[in-house]
Amino acid sequence: MIDYNERIPNNVNLSGNRTLQRALEHWQPSFLQWWDDMGPDGSTNYDVYLRTATSVDPKGWAHFDYVKMPDYRWGIFLAPQDGERKIHFGEHMGEPAWQEVPGEYRSTLRRIIVTQGDTEPASVEQQRHLGLTAPSLYDLRNLFQVNVEEGRHLWAMVYLLHAHFGRDGREEGEALLERRSGDADNPRILTAFNEKTPDWLSFFMFTFITDRDGKFQLASLAESAFDPLARTCRFMLTEEAHHMFVGESGVARIIQRTCEVMQQLRTDDPAKLRAAGVIDLPTLQKYLNFHYSVTSDLYGAEVSSNAATYYTTGLKGRFEEGKLDDDHRLQDSHYTILDVEGDRILERQVPALSALNDRLRDDWIRDVQSGVDRWNRVPAKYGIDFRFTLPHKGFHRRIGIFTDLHVSPDGRMLSEAEWTHQHHHWLPTEDDRLYVHSLMGRCLEPGKFANWIAPPARGINNQPVDFEYVRFN
Amino acid sequence: MDAMTRTEPTDRSKPVDFRTEPARYRHWRLSFEGDVATLTLDIDEEGGIRPGYQLKLNSYDLGVDIELADALQRIRFEHPEVRSVVFTSAKPKIFCSGANIYMLGLSSHAWKVNFCKFTNETRNGIEDASRHSGLKFLAACNGTTAGGGYELALACDEIVLVDDRNSAVALPEVPLLGVLPGTGGLTRVTDKRRVRRDHADIFCTISEGVRGKRAKDWRLVDEVVRAQQFPEYIAQRASALAALSDRPTNASGIALTPLERTDHAGGYRYRHVDVALDDRARTATITVRAPTEAGPGDIAGIEAAGANWWPLQMARELDDAILTLRTNHLDLGLWLLRTEGDAQAVLAIDAVLEAQRGHWFVRETIGMLRRTLARLDVSSRSLFALAEPGACFAGTLLELALAADRFYLRDSEDGDNHIALSAMNFGPLPTVAGLTRLAARFYDEEGPIATARARCGEALDPAAADALGLATAIPDDLDWDDEIRIAIEERVALSPDALTGLEANLRFGTAETMETRIFGRLSAWQNWIFNRPNAVGPEGALKLFGSGRKAQFDWKRV
Repeated sequence: MIDYNERIPNNVNLSGNRTLQRALEHWQPSFLQWWDDMGPDGSTNYDVYLRTATSVDPKGWAHFDYVKMPDYRWGIFLAPQDGERKIHFGEHMGEPAWQEVPGEYRSTLRRIIVTQGDTEPASVEQQRHLGLTAPSLYDLRNLFQVNVEEGRHLWAMVYLLHAHFGRDGREEGEALLERRSGDADNPRILTAFNEKTPDWLSFFMFTFITDRDGKFQLASLAESAFDPLARTCRFMLTEEAHHMFVGESGVARIIQRTCEVMQQLRTDDPAKLRAAGVIDLPTLQKYLNFHYSVTSDLYGAEVSSNAATYYTTGLKGRFEEGKLDDDHRLQDSHYTILDVEGDRILERQVPALSALNDRLRDDWIRDVQSGVDRWNRVPAKYGIDFRFTLPHKGFHRRIGIFTDLHVSPDGRMLSEAEWTHQHHHWLPTEDDRLYVHSLMGRCLEPGKFANWIAPPARGINNQPVDFEYVRFN
Repeated sequence: MDAMTRTEPTDRSKPVDFRTEPARYRHWRLSFEGDVATLTLDIDEEGGIRPGYQLKLNSYDLGVDIELADALQRIRFEHPEVRSVVFTSAKPKIFCSGANIYMLGLSSHAWKVNFCKFTNETRNGIEDASRHSGLKFLAACNGTTAGGGYELALACDEIVLVDDRNSAVALPEVPLLGVLPGTGGLTRVTDKRRVRRDHADIFCTISEGVRGKRAKDWRLVDEVVRAQQFPEYIAQRASALAALSDRPTNASGIALTPLERTDHAGGYRYRHVDVALDDRARTATITVRAPTEAGPGDIAGIEAAGANWWPLQMARELDDAILTLRTNHLDLGLWLLRTEGDAQAVLAIDAVLEAQRGHWFVRETIGMLRRTLARLDVSSRSLFALAEPGACFAGTLLELALAADRFYLRDSEDGDNHIALSAMNFGPLPTVAGLTRLAARFYDEEGPIATARARCGEALDPAAADALGLATAIPDDLDWDDEIRIAIEERVALSPDALTGLEANLRFGTAETMETRIFGRLSAWQNWIFNRPNAVGPEGALKLFGSGRKAQFDWKRV
């Protein structure tokens, strides 16, 4: 007899649920095999100082200890159930939240869960070689923490598939382990999750920007009428916050290090700064432009009937739906989106229901902007006159109204020729990438940091910065 | 007529009851003389099944046809001595003027469609009896025979029209009403009577019809006979047709005792059949129970059991359940078919049906099973069969699962869920497409049919049933509840119209017969027309009939 509660920490009564046990008995070995094949490269035998969730209460969700990652106790946690919960938007508003999947919405809900679930292993795959070039033990540990938690988020989605979607759900659970990021024949579902994460700057940008998309998707699913999905996502959000912290602080430390060198050398000449082995601020801005625009596409087209249907049927709410003060049906309200007419970008009122993708994108933009504002305090502190800015919504887009159009970061419509001539000022060039890549080298002595990044202000879980966060054995 | 209320078949306070008996007929007289039965149509104008119209000129509504369906059953079972049946009229100068137009004008779309389906089934039943029961039918058209009246005549083996310089056969639906002769008329004119298509084109676009020699030349009737000679000619033909029959000469009939049904809030209860209604889920569960024992194996025992013999009693109950659900519970869009009891008893009865099939009563019982299952095939409801431990989808009862759109078997851990095939799955119970349900399922491909036949009589577990291609899915104990719940919820959420069309397209395989053309091509076009303003709009032909006003058409061809 397997002790499920010991092996798989959970608050879903796994030991009393035979359907789930059977599904997991089959899936867990496949997952471990996937982790072995596609998880962090060469890390199997490391002891990593990791946070493990052993329950959802404040004491249990952040338990720190050394763990070998294959032995990480990937658990299944849902935020506690509110027995009285009512659906609070859409045409089912006022009805009790669903504890079971309504057959009518089975395939749509499954698709939503699979699409969300697919991003979790995808990012682990994208990041699997980064351990070889970690700028410090502290950062390596953070990478692994992000990786195991993405793994746990995969578990969370697979739990929903196993618990509520029968045989179809089990097949989808298998398929989540079979797709591969960047594989031409069997790619991950969303384009951004098939891009490479070739260096640590990309990793930090990804966790700051793209994991933030994850936050907003999870937050709107946390409003879902399907209660198990809502509760699962609510608990995932607590972990997602750490991933964004890793990204935001990682980039901030790079900025800080560059500013230090700028001050020492009294220069803002990129050539001199590169010669000194740090990443010049304009190059950081280009990386920001790239990740911001690619992630912006994840929200989908500005006008979307799917988004409207998801909302009306109660499957997916708006960000912080419960705190919004309106009728929560949106049949008669409008929303302003950007549109293109000839060579002009203008604002247009469209039915609010059809613009929910863009509305969520706008919520995300506000959140990204506050992070960027915090970054801008760093050059200011050093008396350096440089501000990071977010490019225009239409910049470098592949989905929606701006597909096939060229828009500059400051929002001007450009001809094909102008774009070709200018885009290397705005997006990382091959040279930029080669330069950043050239900085990547392993720096694994406790307390030491690569030259291009500053140490963090404090360590993990009140440990010192020079703590031995990873033991290589 | 505008002030009249619509005919609402869903009115639970006035449900339609399909059970009747000759003593209660208001519209037909059933008489017997030797081996000839005569069905005389004498419609009571005030006897409509719904208020708001009078059944003038021997025009009929659902109530008239319920009596006709019952009369045919009486002839089949209670009068084995009958070898030919004559249809005629008691009204002067009119045989039958067809379905009552005012009734159609007042009816909801669903009522019209249901009415047409039942009348189609009854006319198919006449032909089924001609093919299988040794009964031949003669339409003695002793007056004007129009619309549904002519469609009734078309269902007979022979049509004789009186030549009184006035009476004609006619299909005036197109010119008078802007609809089709949709109770098989248009199809039988071509497929059965082989009327040349240009003649049919003329015949179906003139309201006055065709009489005399031309009617015969165009094959619309078999003979035209002067009024003076008419009775004698009819008697002679009835007798000639009777001579073709293989019905017994010295058998006594089996009384079709009144069908007992308990109506309660949750559904209907019969001896072998239960119907549980779930208005919230929009489903009805039909459970058919096997007999507790195999029952008699010899003819004497079977005759003694009579209407209580399980296969007949079960079929009558199931037939009534299907009709009741179809007519009185329009919004229950998914029927869940279940069985309960001893599969061995069902297989034993199947063996008796097979061994004794030459006997007239056994033959009629098989016919009743065949027609009842065919009624299931053409019902515009989704059908899911569910086999769980304790079920008995064996032989004849397996046909329920084969008729269903999906068949779920629970792959139970205890291994106590089985189905079985019998000879009844390989011939005696074809669909209206002329193929067995197994053959239609496998597109008449020999391989899978032969593989299934080789397993006749075996207890097949879900995996075996799946391997033979008989199961849609075999969820195990852990998956069953969720899989079934989700499949049901998903189904009932889909558009009922799209499902009706989908199921009608998928159920019959690729074979076409006159019947499938009637239920498919003719009914589908008719039901489209029934939805068009040119027929049913405020200025439509069906709505304005009899008002003296001319229909205003939207001339655009669609």
